[in-house]
Amino acid sequence: MNATFKIWRGDANNGAFREYTTEISEGMVVLDAVHDIQRTQATDLACRWNCKAGKCGSCSAEVNGMPKLMCMTRMSDLPLDRPITIEPIKAFPVLKDLITDVSWNFQVKKKIKPFKPRPPDAPDGTWRMQQEDIDRVQEFRKCIECFLCQDVCHVLRDHQMHDRFIGPRFLIYAAALEMHPLDTEDRVEELREAHGIGYCNITKCCTKVCPEEIQITDNGIIPLKERVVDDYYDPLGWIWRGRKKRVKG
Amino acid sequence: MFRLLASILSCHYQHAVSYTTTELPRPSFGQTMRPDIWWRQPLLVFLGLSTFIVYSTWAAFQGTHYFFGNYISPFYSPEIFGNSPHSWFGPKPGWWPGWLLFSPALLILWAPGGFRLTCYYYRGAYYKAFWADPPACTVGEPRKTYLGERSFPLIMQNVHRYFLYLAVVFIVILSIDVWKALWFSNPATGRESFGIGIGTIVLAINVVLLGGYTFGCHSLRHLIGGFRDQLSRAPTCYQAYRCVSCLNSRHMLWAWLSLFWVGFSDLYIRLCSMGIWHDWRII
Repeated sequence: MNATFKIWRGDANNGAFREYTTEISEGMVVLDAVHDIQRTQATDLACRWNCKAGKCGSCSAEVNGMPKLMCMTRMSDLPLDRPITIEPIKAFPVLKDLITDVSWNFQVKKKIKPFKPRPPDAPDGTWRMQQEDIDRVQEFRKCIECFLCQDVCHVLRDHQMHDRFIGPRFLIYAAALEMHPLDTEDRVEELREAHGIGYCNITKCCTKVCPEEIQITDNGIIPLKERVVDDYYDPLGWIWRGRKKRVKG
Repeated sequence: MFRLLASILSCHYQHAVSYTTTELPRPSFGQTMRPDIWWRQPLLVFLGLSTFIVYSTWAAFQGTHYFFGNYISPFYSPEIFGNSPHSWFGPKPGWWPGWLLFSPALLILWAPGGFRLTCYYYRGAYYKAFWADPPACTVGEPRKTYLGERSFPLIMQNVHRYFLYLAVVFIVILSIDVWKALWFSNPATGRESFGIGIGTIVLAINVVLLGGYTFGCHSLRHLIGGFRDQLSRAPTCYQAYRCVSCLNSRHMLWAWLSLFWVGFSDLYIRLCSMGIWHDWRII
């Protein structure tokens, strides 16, 4: 069986869709088809990939308009009666064809306060943690940094507020640190101000596209928003707690 | 308090360290490469919420047919002032302005209405369905400007936990209504006896669904234990957190089921009161 693809070809200045037809066999994923096209019809097609197992987060692209990992998108799940579109992710500048410059994300990551553990629990310099305390942050650590959530987030994608909003990936990163049972750092003020958590309007698109099925909105962003409410918008809570700030721990 | 006001007024003007990015092309309104029927879900949300808003507003302004014997519509409970036997403090107070339409529902519906309006699930749903912000995932938006929930008016969504406190009180009151709906008055003797009617079951299901929605609230999940980084230090909080998290994982489902059923509960009692439907007694 043949399938037709419309693959975006171009660079930062201009580009357009080009149509390719290739043979599809059982068990193929979109990345296999792209490699076939690259091998036989478009040897200069630029495409980033590495593990082909949904763990490296390299082959992010938009397949039929939705952010997906090409290596995890089965051809059998796509309608073949019309051309399948493949585009680079749109929240970041295109370098060539399906490759974008995602270096902004690494700049953002540096701005988040790093892990700051409490003093060791034991004389040998080790700590003790309970499983129930670590369950929550273990989910966030599944993130493979494919940046599909950054791509689908309309604050970055449509409004391009890269200078005011860190995006779902780094809210999850901040949540993993902020909720860590050993961590003593307080990131709430930065989350509210520099990291712009208030720009998130909870559309849950990030959760929908996450290949690791991390509940980004419900388990990460909303709990962080609630911590911001604790510190800035809950006068009754301040009276109840007898102080302004939440206490870590 | 000054800090709270300053937060609300100033946060929009505080910006992060700037990052350099290349200007990207903005998609136009409705632009997408999605071949699926992406507008179906926001349309269904729009129709569902609009239908409920229209019906509940109409029902709230009626001021009649809101009780039937020992049943009272959840739109009218608690009946603080009113003409039914369920009223807490008697009929409409004398100080109520004559020019202002009176209905017992108008005194209370702002609380559950505010709870749903500021609910994290509904926010995401109605931003899409009513404001196209965005219309759906990866679909272009109609506006270029965006303020999010960082500045007025949407910064007010942060009051959600206060509406939660009120919503919990409403669950208690509606549970008492279910208890009252189990005791039927004999018109001949005036004595009350235990019984179960279809209305009793309707009101009981209403409380269960509203409870599932309220006790799965994201704010409650935070307040009950989510604010802690070491839940193991508070085992009771941890168990409560797990229970709320369990309900929270189906928050959308609870939200829609409870919304539908609270409207249906009012309709059931209204139609029974009007004599159109007959309340069948099981016991």
